[in-house]
Amino acid sequence: MIAPLASLLSHATGPDQTRTGPARPFAAQPSPARSPDDALAARLSDDLVAVASGDRAAFARLFGHFAPRVKAYMLKLGMPAQRAEDLAQDTMLSVWRKASLYDPAKAEAATWVFTIARNLRIDALRRERHPEVSDDELLEHEDDRPRADELLDGDRRARRLRGALAELTPEQAEVVQLSFFADLAHPAIAERLDVPLGTVKSRLRLAMVKIRKALGDDDR
Amino acid sequence: MTVPQAFLPNHHPSDALLVAYGAGSLAEGLSLAVAVHLAHCPDCRAALAEVEALGGALLEELPPAPLETLSLSATLARLDLEEAPANPCKAGRAGALWGSRRPSRPGPRDGTALPAPLRPYVPRATELDRLAWQRLAPGVRRVELMPRSAAGGAAQLLRIAPGTALPHHGHGGLELTVVLSGHFADELGRYGPGDLAEADGDTDHQPIADSHRDCICLIATDAPLRFTGLMGRLMQPFIGL
Ligand SMILES: [Zn+2]
Repeated sequence: MIAPLASLLSHATGPDQTRTGPARPFAAQPSPARSPDDALAARLSDDLVAVASGDRAAFARLFGHFAPRVKAYMLKLGMPAQRAEDLAQDTMLSVWRKASLYDPAKAEAATWVFTIARNLRIDALRRERHPEVSDDELLEHEDDRPRADELLDGDRRARRLRGALAELTPEQAEVVQLSFFADLAHPAIAERLDVPLGTVKSRLRLAMVKIRKALGDDDR
Repeated sequence: MTVPQAFLPNHHPSDALLVAYGAGSLAEGLSLAVAVHLAHCPDCRAALAEVEALGGALLEELPPAPLETLSLSATLARLDLEEAPANPCKAGRAGALWGSRRPSRPGPRDGTALPAPLRPYVPRATELDRLAWQRLAPGVRRVELMPRSAAGGAAQLLRIAPGTALPHHGHGGLELTVVLSGHFADELGRYGPGDLAEADGDTDHQPIADSHRDCICLIATDAPLRFTGLMGRLMQPFIGL
């Protein structure tokens, strides 16, 4: 494996290098409004799909992008540096193993990697599982309504999400950050911020209203 | 007999609860209750997808932490020890990848089937009727799903005979109840299969099984309940909620 490995490493020196190879369907007619950053979501998503068929160069690119962010996520949640490094590697290994379950029509690559990191973190931090339900286990009814994330392509979703995040009030952003990065239950968040429990819950609700509106599914 | 779920749930988790579930900050038992509701509820699954998208966006925005020098090569070396991912659709059409999911394990669809998220917690059982129900009090039987955690959380199934009222109680923390079959009612509403009731420190209620058949529900807490009536105080050691 020496030679291919070395070439992979050289590929991965920059996290988001431009790629050669088959063009994506969207690439033929680039939208004039699309910034280089916007194309990132689609590129990561393509790489994740390629990993499902064993593409190691794509894996190395995903690693360059996500592993440092997953490590930052683990550090933010209070993991010691070595543990955070291990969990970042474990997360990427899990990405490799589970890539065939990724559906680019349903979620962005970042969303999917986040859920894997989250579950590994819960297991490592609390020795607990995160019970989930997969799509083939949905009881009885088919959802006949268009899913929110089918309405927008990945790039536009990513852009709108960033916009919505920027529009959260500082108070809303604070409870969102504490929810995702502090492993605190709502009463503990309320205590830390010295506000009533109901205030924490309403800030989260208002934050989700903004997110939902940005993703084009505000009728719920 | 084969159409247990002709309706969708009416009582849903709050946005705040879905955020906590999606962020991974809920205790395991509480997450299990939410997952059981999600198995019944396409609306909340769509809402969860939005919460997880928010998680992805937050991950993207984190300033990258420097990795160890040999991080990638160490991971590639571990990857070498594994085979290429088992991938039944080598053609690799993106949309078809989801089709490679394992066949679902439907179980008997007669209203007593265990929702998928519950199965790991009751190994070997596929139907609610076949669980090892323990008598707890007149009209109340129980199956413990996970022992009380160090933080005080617990999850169990309760099977409540028609007309039985649980002791009046308040909540030290968060209590989630999700109905698996039958109905119950409390001061806040009436709950049927898939419905999730969320009660916290502000809620003081007395659930009553109010249909002609047993009500089976999953009750998860993250702190011991505070029973208020005498019956409640007598029962608390036995119920262990
Ligand atoms: Zn719902």
